[in-house]
Amino acid sequence: MTVTELPALGRPTKLKIPATAERRLRSGLTVIAVRRPAVPLVEIRLRIPFARAPLARASVLASALFTGTSQRSAVELAAALQAVGGGFGADHDPDWLTVSGNCLASGLDTTLELLHEVLADAAYPAHEVTTERERLADHIEIAETQPGHLARAALLRRRFGGHPYAVEVPGAAQVRAVGAGHLRGLHALRVTPRGAYLVVVGDIRPEQALDRVEAALGRWRGEAAGKAIPAIPGPPEAPLLLVDRPGAVQSSLRLALPAVGRSHPEHAAMQLANLVFGGYFSSRWVENIREDKGYTYSPFASVEHGAAGSMIVLSAEVATEVTAPAMLETMYELGRAASLPAEPHELEQARNYVLGALRIQMSTQAGLAGLVTAYAGLGLRIDHVATYSEALASATREQVAEAAARYLAPSRAVGIVLGEVARIEPGLAALLPVERAA
Amino acid sequence: MKTVKVPVTRYPAERFTLDNGLRVVLSPDRSAPVVGVAVVYDVGIRSEPEGRTGFAHLFEHLMFQGSANLEKLAHFRHVQGSGGSFNGSTHLDYTDYFEIMPSNALERALFLEADRMRGPALTEENLRNQVDVVKEEIRVNVLNRPYGGFPWLKLPPVMFETFPNAHDGYGSFVDLESATVDDAAEFFHRYYACGNAVLTVSGDFDVAACTALVERHFGSVEARPAPERPDFDEPDLTAERRAAYTDALAPLPMIAAGWRVPDPVADLAAYLPYVVLAEVLTDGDASRLVRRLVQDDRSATQVGAYLGFMGDPFDARNPTALLMQAGLPPGGSTDAVLTAADEELDRVATGGVPADELARVSARMCTHLLRDTDSVLQRSLRMAVLEQQRGAPELLNALPGLVSEVTAEQVSAAAATLRPQRRAVVEAMPGGAR
Repeated sequence: MTVTELPALGRPTKLKIPATAERRLRSGLTVIAVRRPAVPLVEIRLRIPFARAPLARASVLASALFTGTSQRSAVELAAALQAVGGGFGADHDPDWLTVSGNCLASGLDTTLELLHEVLADAAYPAHEVTTERERLADHIEIAETQPGHLARAALLRRRFGGHPYAVEVPGAAQVRAVGAGHLRGLHALRVTPRGAYLVVVGDIRPEQALDRVEAALGRWRGEAAGKAIPAIPGPPEAPLLLVDRPGAVQSSLRLALPAVGRSHPEHAAMQLANLVFGGYFSSRWVENIREDKGYTYSPFASVEHGAAGSMIVLSAEVATEVTAPAMLETMYELGRAASLPAEPHELEQARNYVLGALRIQMSTQAGLAGLVTAYAGLGLRIDHVATYSEALASATREQVAEAAARYLAPSRAVGIVLGEVARIEPGLAALLPVERAA
Repeated sequence: MKTVKVPVTRYPAERFTLDNGLRVVLSPDRSAPVVGVAVVYDVGIRSEPEGRTGFAHLFEHLMFQGSANLEKLAHFRHVQGSGGSFNGSTHLDYTDYFEIMPSNALERALFLEADRMRGPALTEENLRNQVDVVKEEIRVNVLNRPYGGFPWLKLPPVMFETFPNAHDGYGSFVDLESATVDDAAEFFHRYYACGNAVLTVSGDFDVAACTALVERHFGSVEARPAPERPDFDEPDLTAERRAAYTDALAPLPMIAAGWRVPDPVADLAAYLPYVVLAEVLTDGDASRLVRRLVQDDRSATQVGAYLGFMGDPFDARNPTALLMQAGLPPGGSTDAVLTAADEELDRVATGGVPADELARVSARMCTHLLRDTDSVLQRSLRMAVLEQQRGAPELLNALPGLVSEVTAEQVSAAAATLRPQRRAVVEAMPGGAR
C-alpha cells in the first residue's frame, strides 16, 4: 500500500552540548577544547585580533605564514605536518587573522608544536615571500574579473564608506609592494597571544587537550597591539548604485540591510524574519524570483556578523533582461515582510529549519569547530546554542513582525547592481533613484 | 620523521534489496541526532541522448517540482520545515538526490524520496520554469565568469571522440529549449527505474525500525528493471592532442592536461596508485609539482592534480582520467609548465618515491578521507555510489588502509604511463577584457 500522507515528525531530538573545557593561559591566549570523537581527527582554529592591520600586508602575511621558520624551510614544515596527517591554512578579514587546520588525532601534539614554531618563529624568507606575494596578486587579478567579487566590493564601499569594513581585499599593486621586512614587522607586532583564542575540536579529552595545548603553545608570548574598529555607521541614504560591466550576460544585485549581533535580544526574531523573507530556499523571495519567475538560479539573503557590527546581505544573479522586474519583486517582498506579519506556518517552518540546521552543523567536527570559533569571536561559548535555541523556540509572531519592520524595510536598503548599465538603467530608474558609478 | 598509524573507521553497512529491485544500504551511527538520506540513480551526463545535451541535469531539476502527493515547492518546504537541507547533483555516471535531517524527520525524508521515485510532476509549466533556472545556473557558473567550466567541460571534447564522453554536460541553450515533457517522461521511465537506484540511510536510527520504514515507503514502488548500461570505453590516445580557446573574461592563462587511467571499478588495485600519485604531485607545499612549478620555477601560480573530471576519485567509471590543472602567471608558458611536469613525472618514474614521502602523503590522504565522510550525508552519498558501482559500500572503511598499502613501485609505474603522447591538453587563453 502506498503512503500518500506526509508522515508526522517524531519527538524533537534533544540538543546535546558537547563536553567542553576552557583555560586562559598566562600569555593571554584563551584555549577552548570540545569533544566530538566521531572520527579520529582534530580540527584546530586560531584567531588573532587583527583589527586595523594594514590590509595588503595582512593579506600577504596570511599567505606566507607557513613559508618557513628559522629551523625549517616551507617544504620541511609542510612535510612534517603532512607526516601526522596535518595541514594548515591562514586567512585574513578586517577583524581577525585566522589559522585553520586539522590532523589525525594521534598527531595532535606534533601539529601543535609546529603551529607554535610558526607563531613564535616565522621567518618569511625573501624568495618565498616574493612567490606568495606574486601568487596572491595574480589571484586578486583573477578575482577582479569575477562578478561575485566585483559586486561585493562595490556593495561594501557603498555601505561602509570610510569605515575599515569598506575594503576586504587589497589591490594587486598594493600586494606587489609588500616585502619580507614588512611581514616580519607586522608579525612581531600583531601575531601575539593576547586576545587570541585557540579552538580544538574532535577526538580529544577536553581537560587533557588544554594541557597539551599549554605544553606546546604556552611559550608563545607577546603583547597586544590593542587596536579596535569603531562600530559600523548606520546605512547611508544613497541611490541605487549602477556599476558597469560591459558585455555581462547577468546582473548582480546586492543589497545591504541593518542587522543586530548574536547577543542582541532581537537576534533570534531577526533571524526568523530574514529566513521567512529570503534566508533559505523555502523563503518568499526565492520561491518568487526563482521557482515562480525563473529570473535567477541562487538568490540568497544572509546575516553577516563582524566584531564591529552586523548586516543582512541580499545577493542574486539575474538575467540582464529581467533586472528591473527582479528588483521590483525584491522590493515587493522586502516591503511585504516589513509591513505584514508572517503567516504562522511560515514562521514554524523557519523556526524548525534553523533549529535543525544547528543540530546538523554540530554533527561534524568541522561544523562544530566553525560554530565554536564564530561564537568565541563574539565573546560567546558553545552553550549559547541552548540559549539561542530557546530564543528561537519562543519568539512570537509579533516579535518577528517587529524585527522584520526594523531590519527588512526596503527604505533602509543600500544597494548596487553590477551589469550592463546601458541595458539595465532605464528599467531600474523607473523603480528607484539610481546613480551611475564613476 | 614521525609517522602515524592509519586509523580505521567501522561504519556498518547493512545491505538488502526490496522485491521491486531497489537496493538499500543502512549505516547506523548514533553519535549525533541527524540522518543522511541519499537516493542515487544510475544515469548521468554520459547517458543523455544526442540533441539533448544537458538533459540529465535539467531532469534533476524536474525531480524537485512535485510528484503524486507533493505539489510544487512542497519538497523544499517539507525538508526545510523539518529542520533539514536538501540538494541533488548530476555527475557523469549518476545523479544523486539527498537530504540531511534531524533524526525525528527520517520517515518524512523516506516518504519524499519514495513519492518522486514513483514519478515527478512533469508539466510544461515546470519544464519551462526550470529551463530558465538552468540557463541562469549556466550563466553564473560558465558564461558570466572567467574559466567557466574549466576544465570539466573543456577537456573532454579534446580527449574523447564519442558523444557520451565528449559532449557538454551542462548543455547548449538550444538543446535545453528543445526539451519536451515527452522526453522527460521517457527519460524517467527508462533510467529512474527503482532497479536502477540505490537508497542509503546513515545516522541516528535503529536498523530494524528503519528497515520497516523503507519497506513501508518504497515497497510499493513499481518494479522496473535497470536498463542495460552501455560500455562507454574508447581507445586511449596515441598522439598528444591540444586545443586552445580564448576566454574573453580571463586575465591570465590556465591549462589542463589529462591522461587516461585504469578502470576504477574493474581494477581498483591498478587505479589506486594514480590516486596516490596525484597527491604526491600536488598535495601541499611539500609536493613535487608545487615545489617545482610554483616555488622554484614560478612557472605556475597554482597547480592541482586529481582523478575524475568532476574531482572525485571514487565515483567515476571508465573511461576516466588523471587531470593536472595549472594557473599561469602573466606571460606564462604552457610548454614550460608541461615540460617541467614531464620532468617531475620522470623523476617519480625512474627515481622512485622515498618511503617517508609516501608515508606522509598517505597520512594526509587518510585525514582527507575520514574528514570527508564525517558528515552522515557525505557518508550516505559515498556508500550509495560504492553500492551502485561496486556492490561494496563497506569499501568506505577500507579506503584509508588500501591507500596506505600502495607501494612506491606502484606509484612510479603509474607515473611512467603519463607520457606526453597519451595526454590531452586544453588551454584557456586570456582575452584580456574585464
